[in-house]
Amino acid sequence: MSRPLTVERPGLDRSKVAWSALAWLVALVFFFPVLWMMLEALKTEPQAASIPPTIVFMPTLAEFQDVLSRDFPPFFINSAIATLGSTLLVLLLGLPAAYALSIRPVGQARDVLFFFISTRFLPFAASLVPLYLLARDLQLLDNVFALIIIYTTINLPLGVWLLRSFLLELPNELFEAARVDGAGFWRELTSIVLPLITPGLAATALICLIFSWNEFFYAVNFTSSVAATSPIFLVGFISGRGLFYAKLAAAATLASLPVLAAGWIAQKQLIRGLTMGAVK
Amino acid sequence: MTDTGTTIQTQEVTGGGRRKNAAASAAAREGRLRWLPLLPALVYVVLVTQVPFLLTIYYSLFNWNLLRPGNPEFAGVENYLNVAVDPSIRTALLNTVVLTLLAVGISVVLGVAIALLLNKEIFGKGILRTLMIGPFLVMPVAAALIWKDTLLNPIFGLVGYLLSPFGLGRVDWVSQFPMATIVTIEVWRWTPFMMLIALAGLQSQNLEVLEAAGVDGANSLQRLRYITLPFIRPFVELGALLGSLFIVQTFDSIFMTTQGGPGEATTNLPFLLYLVAFQGFDIGKASAIGVIAVILTMIVATLALRTLFTIFQVEARR
Repeated sequence: MSRPLTVERPGLDRSKVAWSALAWLVALVFFFPVLWMMLEALKTEPQAASIPPTIVFMPTLAEFQDVLSRDFPPFFINSAIATLGSTLLVLLLGLPAAYALSIRPVGQARDVLFFFISTRFLPFAASLVPLYLLARDLQLLDNVFALIIIYTTINLPLGVWLLRSFLLELPNELFEAARVDGAGFWRELTSIVLPLITPGLAATALICLIFSWNEFFYAVNFTSSVAATSPIFLVGFISGRGLFYAKLAAAATLASLPVLAAGWIAQKQLIRGLTMGAVK
Repeated sequence: MTDTGTTIQTQEVTGGGRRKNAAASAAAREGRLRWLPLLPALVYVVLVTQVPFLLTIYYSLFNWNLLRPGNPEFAGVENYLNVAVDPSIRTALLNTVVLTLLAVGISVVLGVAIALLLNKEIFGKGILRTLMIGPFLVMPVAAALIWKDTLLNPIFGLVGYLLSPFGLGRVDWVSQFPMATIVTIEVWRWTPFMMLIALAGLQSQNLEVLEAAGVDGANSLQRLRYITLPFIRPFVELGALLGSLFIVQTFDSIFMTTQGGPGEATTNLPFLLYLVAFQGFDIGKASAIGVIAVILTMIVATLALRTLFTIFQVEARR
């Protein structure tokens, strides 16, 4: 038994090293644009646009300070309001709906589930024009409130599916016991569901954060100056041509940071959220 | 178990010896009450998606441009006839199909390959996965800018610098190969997504089956071909399905790099809609495009939903 092991060991290690090297190479190629964005952000403008590229340099936070001290914060704050507002609405509307599709399901639960998800993948062409005209008539153009409404619509179907997948995992016995005690919807929700559903709420909030924070189409068409969100700030760099690479990279880094951080911290929830609960 | 089953049972527990049809009507009442928690979300979604869609159909029958004075005039199917003969629409449709097929196809293949790699015995799995999902999390608008300006710019870009020994130093990738640029950016963004799903599939695989196959003399390629790939197939299908539903709507990277050009080389349906609605303010035509986009999506989605149906466990629990 021990002889084959000693023969195989060095071979195994060599292949492990080789596969590891390949995997690191591939991952670094994919990660490189993200890394490059962060590196450029820490350079001075001449360094950021130099040819050959500046590899060794003294990192400086000057561009971050510049971006933050000037016009970026309002955009960031608008993004935060639109994201938090819609996330809260998704949880408030989504959790009871998910309950009615899992714990005490309505008769047509399956049809309702597919109706929800079909609205998520309806092209935005379907409702864009009327929503735009409505927002215009209600004086809601360039108003964060309009973005909150729209982002809630985008994320609610995912939220319902995702929360439902978490509710289905709660053991039956909990609810049976509560029902014997005569607990109704509210008591079940507050005393059983809420304390146990925290991971589900977190996964839902993460998905809402990703899709709302990074959303661009509605932001660019429904806002102009007052309610513009972070991605709109980046549109200002569209004709950069080597002049403001460091500033561009600093702004891009700052705008990407919340989602990057949240996604990296909650990797487990990420996969489940992205597949609406189908893959754990 | 069905709704009524559960309800009648509770009725018997609590109500003792009530008459049968009293129990039945109570069950029906309970069935209706179950809709209450669902209603706010349902009403919300109907109000913000379905009602506007009906209005889109209505607007599509009018000759209505916000830039022109005067009231909208009823035009019947005129907008649809205009759209049908408009070569821009055909170009946009073709671009949408090309972009979606290429981006989904390549990112699925790469994603599965990388997932297989990360599922091996290697050093630093967790860090590698963390690095790999970076592209998916970066704001698409930010990523498009970084690609266009700092990487692909012919004068200041890093790619040109790295490729100059091969005589490709001064290639203006974004304007000379616009579609390839968009596909590259989308593949870069969606490969991590496909990888995550495929990796989740690989990690749920039963290793004993693989070992048994090894004992039976299957080599690693055979095990991959006949055991592993069939096993992760539903995961990959799910990834491809969700990915195409997202990639079909690609807008951010086109807006930030090519603006749909040069000419109409990278104008897909969402970008065309943007041009017609928000540059041309042609409400009637934009609505007609919207209706057509919905019909096309419905055809694709019907097929997709069937797949979704088999992948997801949608049966209610009780």
